Order: sequence, then C-alpha cells, then structure tokens
Amino acid sequence: MSITTQKINFKVFRFNADTDYLPHYKNYEIEVTSEEVVLDILNRIKWEFDGSFSYRRSCRHGICGACAIKVNGKGVLACKERMNSLIDLFGTELTLEPLTIKRAIKDMIVDKTDFWEKHEAVKPYLLNHIEAFPDEEHIVTNDEAEELLEADYCIQCGLCHYSCPVVDVNEHFIGPAAFVKAYRFEADVRDDAHIERLEIVNERDSGVWDCVKCMECAEVCPKEINPIEKITKLHNMLFTEGVAKSTVAVRHAVGFKHSIAKHGLLDEGELVRYSEGNIGVIKHVPVAIKMFVKGKIVLPWNMPKSEKLDEIKTLVKSSSTAKF
Amino acid sequence: MSTLRYALFTGCTARESTPEQMKSTMAVADKLGIELEVLNEASCCGASHLQDYDEFLSLVLNARNICYAESRGMTMVTICNTCQLNTVMTKHKLDSDPAMKAKVNEKLAEVGLEYKGTSDIKHFLYAIIDDFGLDTLKAKIVAPLSKFNIAPFYGCHNLRPSELGEGDNAYNPTSLDDLIAACGGKSVDYEEKNKCCGFHAELQAPRTAALLTGKVIAGAMDGNADWMVTPCPLCHLKLDTQHEHASEAIGREVALPVLHMQQMVGLALGCSAEEVGLQHHVTEVPV
Ligand code: SF4
Ligand code: SF4
Ligand code: FES
Repeated sequence: MSITTQKINFKVFRFNADTDYLPHYKNYEIEVTSEEVVLDILNRIKWEFDGSFSYRRSCRHGICGACAIKVNGKGVLACKERMNSLIDLFGTELTLEPLTIKRAIKDMIVDKTDFWEKHEAVKPYLLNHIEAFPDEEHIVTNDEAEELLEADYCIQCGLCHYSCPVVDVNEHFIGPAAFVKAYRFEADVRDDAHIERLEIVNERDSGVWDCVKCMECAEVCPKEINPIEKITKLHNMLFTEGVAKSTVAVRHAVGFKHSIAKHGLLDEGELVRYSEGNIGVIKHVPVAIKMFVKGKIVLPWNMPKSEKLDEIKTLVKSSSTAKF
Repeated sequence: MSTLRYALFTGCTARESTPEQMKSTMAVADKLGIELEVLNEASCCGASHLQDYDEFLSLVLNARNICYAESRGMTMVTICNTCQLNTVMTKHKLDSDPAMKAKVNEKLAEVGLEYKGTSDIKHFLYAIIDDFGLDTLKAKIVAPLSKFNIAPFYGCHNLRPSELGEGDNAYNPTSLDDLIAACGGKSVDYEEKNKCCGFHAELQAPRTAALLTGKVIAGAMDGNADWMVTPCPLCHLKLDTQHEHASEAIGREVALPVLHMQQMVGLALGCSAEEVGLQHHVTEVPV
C-alpha cells in the first residue's frame, strides 16, 4: 500500500503546574502520514513546534505503559495507536489530552501517585513462607498458570484506572488496575495471603462493590486483560472463601438468586428491601411513591412469574456453586 | 421483505417498573409488521449481580433462556442493554469454551434442554436499524419529531465491551443518533452520551451513582436537549426517577424527560402518547 498524507487539526492540552494557573489548548496543523502512530505526532509537536512540549514515553513497543494519553476521550497507548484508525473513527479534528486532567503536571504528563498507592494497597506481591532449602520443587501446573496469565500481562499504563468513572468521582475507589493485580496474586496457587488480600478487596473503601459495571476498563485496556472480568472473579472468591459480609452490596447480589428461585424473574421491590433491610429501605419510599402513582411498582401479589418455573427451581438447586 | 420474526426476551424491568417499555415495544412492532413471540419461560438474566455471586448458575440460567429462542428457531431480541450483554456474554462463553458448554448442558439435561448455539442475540435497537432498515423506517414516519432536540444516551452495556457489541464504536457510537434522525428529530451531541448512568451501583454506592447520573443529565441539558432517549430501561429508570438525588449530588437542578427508544419511534410512527405509555414517566414528557 502506498503512503498517503492527510492534514489533521490537533487541539492539544497544554499546562505547566509550576507556572500556569489554568490549562489551555493549543492548535497544531500537521500533515499526518498513513504510517504514523500517535507517539510520532507527540514527537513532531515537540521537534517541529515547541521543544517544551512534554509527554512520557520509553519503550515505543507497547510494553512500558508510559505513553498512555487520551485522544477525543479514547484512552490509547500513544506508541501503539495508529493515526489512521483514529482518523477513521473521529475525522480530522483530534484533541490530545493527558489521562486525567485533574492530575495533570505538565502537558501529557500526569501525577500517578493515586494509581500507585492503590496498587500498593492490594499487596501486589507473592506472600509465601518459602523454606531456604526446600526438599522439593513447588510445581505450578499449566492450568494453574493459565488462571493468572492474562492478569500478569498488565503493564500498569493506567488507562483503565483513569477511564473508570468511579475513580473519577470517588478518589478512594481502588480501581480496575489494582483489582487486576489483586486477582493476579489471588489466582496464584503459591500465594499464602488469599484471605488477607480478599479482605482488602472486600472492605477497603467499599472494595470491589462500588464498581458500576460500565465495562470502560474492558474496552480501553491495550493488553486485552478485561479487568471487569477479573473483578467478577474476585467477587466470586469473596463468596467461595467466605469473606463476604452481610452488607447492602452483598445482599443485593445474593437477593437475585432468592428472587429467581421464587419467581424466575427478579422481584425489583423485594430486592431493594432485602438489600437495604427494613430500616434502610425507608429512604427509598419517596421515589417509590412517585413510581407507584405512575404505575411503575408491581405489588407483591401481582408479581409475574416465569413459565416452567419448576425448571428454574431445579436448576437453581442443582447448579448453585456459592453459599451465603 | 419477508416478515421479521423474533423471540422477545423482555427482561424483568419491562414486566415491572417500565410497563411503558413493553407497551411501546409491542406498538412499534405492530406498526412495523415485526412479529415478536414473547419468551415467557425466560428467567432474569442476573443483571451482572447474580454473576458476582454465582457465575456458573448465571451461565446455566441464561443458557436456558437462549434454549427457548433456539427451540423456536428464532433470533432472540432483547430490549434491555444489561439483558443483552449478559445473554450475549453467556453465548460467547459457551460457544468458545466446549468444556464449559458441556458442563452447562449437563445441568440443562436435568430439565430436558440442550444449549446448541444456533440462535443469535440482538438488541431490538439493532433489529430495527440493521434488519428492518432505517430507510424503510423513514418511509413509514408520519409524525416527524422535527420540533425536538433529542439527546441519545446509549448505555454502557450496549457499547462495551465492543467485541460483544453490535457494530457501534464505543467511543463514537452513531446508531441511536441515526435512529433519531430517521424519526425526524435533531440529535444532540454531548460528551456523556456514551458514559455511565450509575444504575448498577445505585444501592451499593448511592453517591457515586448519583454523581454519574447528574453529569449525564447536565451534559444533555447543556446540549439544549428537550428529551433524552435510551435503548435501556435501567438507564431510563435511573435518569427518569433519580434526578433529585442527582441534582443534590452535583449541586445543580437537573431533570429531563427520558424516552425509551421504542417510545420515540412509536411517536414518530403516529402512535399516541398513551399508546407508548408516556403516562408512566416520573419526569413528565411534554409532547
Ligand atoms: S467496570 Fe467497574 S472497574 Fe471497570 S471501569 Fe467500570 S466502574 Fe471502573
Ligand atoms: S489492566 Fe490494562 S489498562 Fe489497566 S493498567 Fe493494566 S494494562 Fe493498563
Ligand atoms: S512508550 Fe512504552 S508503552 Fe508506549
């Protein structure tokens, strides 16, 4: 294929925390060739327009995780993302921004302290009392290694963390990358800290439970690690290892099974009552009344049921793998 | 065009807190001559929460739902983003993991069923756009919504993860915008259109959920929207019924009428407000 060029308008976030009160956006018009990646553009802005323009990069091979930025809101690894695919997706007006504007230090560079603090909080290392002179090898089977392999590919680029809407509005949320790391060691058969780490995952600042299931982390991860899938596995472990405690969030998950076993369908009103408890549910009454007036609340005696409910009951009984 | 026929998986919400969604789905299908056979045997999809508690059980139950579309020889159509994602995730897992499929089928055999993988699963939004076709739809519009600025709200599980989605790009989706245009409306471009409404953490993390809801409605209001429109009843519930909490959380009064996409299409096809169930909205819809 021949190399083509195209004129692109880049609107670029500029900020220096040492000297600027507010950030601004600067426009650069650049002839982009069809072979370039986003990092080439960052380099050209620095080399051809403004030597003070700052960004992080190191490996240029999608492995160090340093070059993560956002283009029109889409999180990308600058060294991996082809300009052509961005132009196909967004057209010829592209906005380059750091991962999170809130934590910008200089241009594309952000302060990732919160990311590393949360990473640290989940004990991201193997906890094991290893004999100095063991009698035999500690063999990990292929299947056991498979379980953690994907999570082990994380390059700590921060794309999932800074694309997570919960991290954005709640600075305490542990975030998808640290959960991936927690899972990586939870799934490691050599690790002795299973319960200890699961307790962090369950309790520290509401742990996994505040995830809104938006799937942003799965979409953005350049290593296709699917963080939310690992988060679901952590949820499952909280139940199978008996770490889950009776909280609103835990009862909310368990309540689905109760309802399905009874009606096949979810009894929405009962789920709220069961999750919140008889006192907690009171705060939902004002909205519930408004909904009732509009015909949006099904009363318990009118609760619809699935046909062939006996099949569902049989399957709930025979296929359950967790207890609470 | 031969008649389009689908097995409709209603999900729980359409049977309970969004009756207007059921009404408008049926009204639109009727106007377009699409045949929907309701899967009354289906159970709840688990909505990602049963999955947190017991992933295997959720696979078995969702596989059972799909079995009933398969036994009818039909494509399953969903009208809820979360039903769509959980059902399609189940299909994806079983179709790509023979060992898991065998394990699930062992359970299903107890009730005389077998998951085969022969039925597709499609959101009604894409059945209208891809199967029925927007041009055919346009030809049937009798009451174009040209008075209205309409803010599309796609909902997470419609877009992400995109490898399980139906062709929209998660970062620049267009299907709902196209549908709005086909109905004669003006679609509003705003940053939050592909963001999260917070529904799934409403009880667990009310403040987080309310902040996300607030940002979404505020974005649509700043884009000058008269309405929002969504393909998901859960997004609808969050945006339609929770705007007071959302206003409190973001420190700004926000509220907008939120229509199900079926209601919007129904109105444009000439259905009355009553027929598409606008009387069931908590935030009143001026039409
Ligand atoms: S799915 Fe959960 S962890 Fe992942 S980005 Fe969304 S809220 Fe964050
Ligand atoms: S999980 Fe993926 S997106 Fe998140 S930090 Fe690791 S590599 Fe980056
Ligand atoms: S420069 Fe290392 S990942 Fe991009």
